[in-house]
Amino acid sequence: MRALKHILIRDLRLALRQGTDVAMVVTFFVITVTLFPLGVGPEPNILARIAAGVVWVTALLATMLSLDRLFHADYEDGSIDLLVLTPVPLELIVLAKILAHWALTGLPLIVTAPVLAALLNMPGEGYAVMVFTMLLATPTLSLIGAVGAALALGARRGGVLISLLVLPLYIPVLIFSVAAVDAAITGLSPRPHMLILGAMLAAALPLAPWAAGAALRHSLR
Amino acid sequence: MPNRFSGHSLTCFRGERFVFEALDFAVESGGALVLSGPNGSGKSSLMRIMAGLLQPVDGLLAWNDEPIPAASEEHSERLLYVAYQDAIKPVLTVRENLTFWAGLKGATDLVSAALETVGLGRLADTPAQFLSSGQRRRLSLARIVASEAPLWLLDEPTVGLDRSAVGILEQLIAAHRDNGGTVVMATHQPVDAGPAAETLDMSDFPARRQIFDDMDAAH
Repeated sequence: MRALKHILIRDLRLALRQGTDVAMVVTFFVITVTLFPLGVGPEPNILARIAAGVVWVTALLATMLSLDRLFHADYEDGSIDLLVLTPVPLELIVLAKILAHWALTGLPLIVTAPVLAALLNMPGEGYAVMVFTMLLATPTLSLIGAVGAALALGARRGGVLISLLVLPLYIPVLIFSVAAVDAAITGLSPRPHMLILGAMLAAALPLAPWAAGAALRHSLR
Repeated sequence: MPNRFSGHSLTCFRGERFVFEALDFAVESGGALVLSGPNGSGKSSLMRIMAGLLQPVDGLLAWNDEPIPAASEEHSERLLYVAYQDAIKPVLTVRENLTFWAGLKGATDLVSAALETVGLGRLADTPAQFLSSGQRRRLSLARIVASEAPLWLLDEPTVGLDRSAVGILEQLIAAHRDNGGTVVMATHQPVDAGPAAETLDMSDFPARRQIFDDMDAAH
């Protein structure tokens, strides 16, 4: 546990000193969402209809954009070797890094999403559910993404490879998150969708660090 | 209790070729083993095998004649590995860099003393991006000082170090050996690893096996 805190603090400190990482993710999120009214046209009804989907798809892409840095810097400078050699289970180290990744991408996205939804004229009933689905689903995105990021280590054009590996796995998260928001807007219960999102998180929480740890070990040579 | 770290008929296969074959080594508490050999003879590969970062295709490692399993946390705990990649984060200060690695091993109380020992005490609160390459190597050495691991695996520890830093390294190795520690070091430069340091010449274990494609090409 002490090791987990140690790695978490170090990763957060690194990201905050460099500063650009968090800003980049949020800026990408904002710019991409604002492109939609320009492309689709300023018709409020159409925008209201697609708001949840647009915000969620863009959130997926923004998360993916940040996966590259999850292990790559540590891989380049040899930190991964030393992390593997610490007497701490590798799965725990990976979990700490995923938590840090979530705090640096998932949380800023959750904060920004309602503002962007308002920009797209999303009906008022959807906001609470949208924030709640993001709280449930963005950790899953970081967890699944870590597996892809670990697998792509050492590959040339790793960033593209991560997208190919991870985006298909994000589809269920996208479907149920958007369905939950849509259900709330149309007056139905979002509960079943939320439960499935919760189940995905519960499954990914033990499985993803384990799989990413195995991929990291494999990347050592 | 004296410890004994040994390897038996190790064979390393990397990048589609055999690097060395049937390599044996043994080093006891208080002992030092210096790996020598030309570039590409497999010194770093052997170091990574010793650390458990690379699996040999054949052979095994043993600690007190008990085989060390793959990915053994017990083995990780007793070793300290220093390689040419120094794992230094440029935006963290010298002290933060060292405290992180020492903290993962559970001993942060030695950090300040370790920085003084390697001559970086004055620079403790400077971001590591302003260090010269020799100072970065000194910071790697500080990692050794701050640890209590009995087995040191030093891969080219002297690259970029000035004469006085090499002297510090030699003193550290001598003190570690006097305390019953074990040192394995790969180096090209003459470093005095102390009395009775054994030398393992990698060219004594050439790869006889070739991959089949090469055999075909030869005929």
